[in-house]
Amino acid sequence: MSTKTTSIWSKHAIFEKHSLILLLGVLVVISIGGLVEIVPLFYLKSTIEKVDGIRPYTPLELAGRNIYLREGCYNCHSQMIRPLRDEVERYGHYSLAAESMYDHPFQWGSKRTGPDIARVGGKYSDLWQLEHLNNPRSVVPASIMPSYPWLAYNKLDAKHIAADMKVLRVEGVPYTDDMIANAQADLKTQSTTDADEMDALQKRYPKAQVRDFDGNPAELTEADALIAYLQMLGTLVDFKLYDDKANVR
Amino acid sequence: MSIVQTPITKRMTFGESGLLIVFSFFAFFAVVVAAKAHTSAYAFHAFVFAAASVAAVFAIGNRYMDRDAILPPQTIDGKPNYNMGPVKVGTLLAVFWGIAGFLVGVIIALQLAFPLLNFDLPWTSFGRLRPLHTSAVIFAFGGNVLIATSFYVVQRTSQARLAGDLAPWFVIWGYNLFIVIAGTGYLLGITQGKEYAEPEWYSDLFLTIVWVTYFLVFLVTVLKRKEPHIYVANWFYFAFILTIAVLHLGNNATIPVSVFSPKSYILWSGVQDAMVQWWYGHNAVGFFLTAGFLALMYYFIPKRANRPVYSYRLSIVHFWALIFLYIWAGPHHLHYTALPDWAQTLGMTFSIMLWMPSWGGMINGLMTLSGAWDKLRTDPVIRMMVVSVAFYGMSTFEGPLMSVKAVNSLSHYTEWGIGHVHSGALGWVAYISFGAIYCLVPWLWNKREMYSMKAINWHFWISTLGIVLYICSMWVAGILQGLMWRAYTSLGFLEYSFIETVEAMHPLYVIRALGGILFLIGALIMAWNVIMTIRSPETVAETTGAALAPAE
Repeated sequence: MSTKTTSIWSKHAIFEKHSLILLLGVLVVISIGGLVEIVPLFYLKSTIEKVDGIRPYTPLELAGRNIYLREGCYNCHSQMIRPLRDEVERYGHYSLAAESMYDHPFQWGSKRTGPDIARVGGKYSDLWQLEHLNNPRSVVPASIMPSYPWLAYNKLDAKHIAADMKVLRVEGVPYTDDMIANAQADLKTQSTTDADEMDALQKRYPKAQVRDFDGNPAELTEADALIAYLQMLGTLVDFKLYDDKANVR
Repeated sequence: MSIVQTPITKRMTFGESGLLIVFSFFAFFAVVVAAKAHTSAYAFHAFVFAAASVAAVFAIGNRYMDRDAILPPQTIDGKPNYNMGPVKVGTLLAVFWGIAGFLVGVIIALQLAFPLLNFDLPWTSFGRLRPLHTSAVIFAFGGNVLIATSFYVVQRTSQARLAGDLAPWFVIWGYNLFIVIAGTGYLLGITQGKEYAEPEWYSDLFLTIVWVTYFLVFLVTVLKRKEPHIYVANWFYFAFILTIAVLHLGNNATIPVSVFSPKSYILWSGVQDAMVQWWYGHNAVGFFLTAGFLALMYYFIPKRANRPVYSYRLSIVHFWALIFLYIWAGPHHLHYTALPDWAQTLGMTFSIMLWMPSWGGMINGLMTLSGAWDKLRTDPVIRMMVVSVAFYGMSTFEGPLMSVKAVNSLSHYTEWGIGHVHSGALGWVAYISFGAIYCLVPWLWNKREMYSMKAINWHFWISTLGIVLYICSMWVAGILQGLMWRAYTSLGFLEYSFIETVEAMHPLYVIRALGGILFLIGALIMAWNVIMTIRSPETVAETTGAALAPAE
């Protein structure tokens, strides 16, 4: 077949005989789909809804989120509620793109071995969360989640958290100089019940929850950070004020 | 006066001396990083890099001391002098990592059935072991199969010696060092938190260097070819190597907190990061687990069956359509999420279209058996590879089906996805790899055939039973889960709490683990067979069969 010079198929010989042309062909062909699907997401204004309340993570929440990544929680928990009747009833308002706009990386997940936790914030008490992390079967007997007893013992290692925030600022998260300068102090403030600096912290980070999360005021532990993160998930947007008609895409 | 033949003075090549300097410097640099590392886990990795660099210095030095003054020739008596050393190492490492990856898979399957097996320790908990499993099977097992076979196939089909002297060795050992760094990192809690792209910035950078070297070795070998046409398997290898490089760079664009910190933050965020991630994730499937292994199909099936590829034209259409369409399919992982609808619709549309080239490839592979179907009965290696292509056809039908939004609203987030992945991974990827290993081992070690054909038969049937248990249990689990989540009582309340749906999974998780154990047993039989083949005393003359016909 390929020897027939009249056949259109013989035209393909140019790719078969020149490796660089073949490579160029491959590069062109594989670029198109990616470019069409990814690039517009960065400039189309409709990609991320206009909504009030979204703010960057506090240093403590950010440290907690990094523990969430470290332990691989995303392998079993999604953070993306789909606009389906049962999901909205089970988990709350469907997730907005805006709610993860400062998430580097995103944690929408792909599997629900456990439930979605996009709006787990405020659903359970700190003590329940602590018990549940320590031994899930003590509060949910049929749970198959691993126990994380080390979180309550490990001291939080967050001495470089300001450097983390600086990197995130380069990537577009609106951390101010004020936030970065106070990063270490804010860690301590947010994990202390009735802290003196609470007002200043909440001014920097509206709706930030300030208290000792793990019932151990003597130490700032990994459990403090992770529970602070879990308790804020999905709490930033006030859906009584959210106008979903205005954001139909 | 007699003529004295002056011996050629032995000198280091530029590559040898250059790499000695680079590795020596890098060992020193790694020790400095270890000393100032922010975390002990990162210090450990820096020491691993330092130790590997020192080992590389010794290996290059020893090799230089032992070798002849001149490097191995490109041809001997007009025949290409193939470099099969790296292929042998890659093949054995593939067997090793396969077993390691399947074993971790069995462990995490059992953890889901019996959570006690998490042992309440950080480095044995499911969240850290699951990435270890996925990376071990995809990148360690699959990657070594792809590198080893590509180095074999490109030499044979080009009738040329593998390009580079140290470069192919750097690719093999460098890639496996990356695997060790990535895997131990997960256990120690170092991760980017992006599925199938967990390794942190420094592992990613190192992999980039290894991958570019891999690309150059492959390309230069093709450039040296004696055949005018580039054989079809090499098109697929090219698409695989090039596209994986693009995906890797795009999805891992990240800014490290410090050179002394393992932590980095991905440049993309939220919805854009989700799109980039699944552009990467789905095309890791499309180009690593599909295009790469289709190259195996296009070489090993015709070679083993001793038949030409069924249709040259179908190869062309199949190749270009497959690589063009696959790239678009990523958004089907994000149906009904906060990704804009237009992107979801594009993803679904192209996923459905992808069915056609996928089945084009399947038909091309299966019909290559025309006139040799009797070998299905007599040759268990052919049977394994044909069944693998059949599984490819099945999972590439299931995939487009699941990408339809209405189906996806049920199947997404459930065990159905896990079942789907494993019908592709166990049925297609692993079986075509096993088939290639069963072909390669006798060819590489100059044996007539594998030590035991009976053992291959046992491997085939035990593993097949394992796959059937695995995917059937996950189909039932996934659909059950999806239906329970959306079930309503007659009064209009949600019928099941989430934990009730978890409890319903238990028997199915047990069956799945059993399937995994059977699959692991099959792989152990293969490992035994490989060792016995290599150790068997009989040898045959090296097979120097001509390259496959480039076109039918």
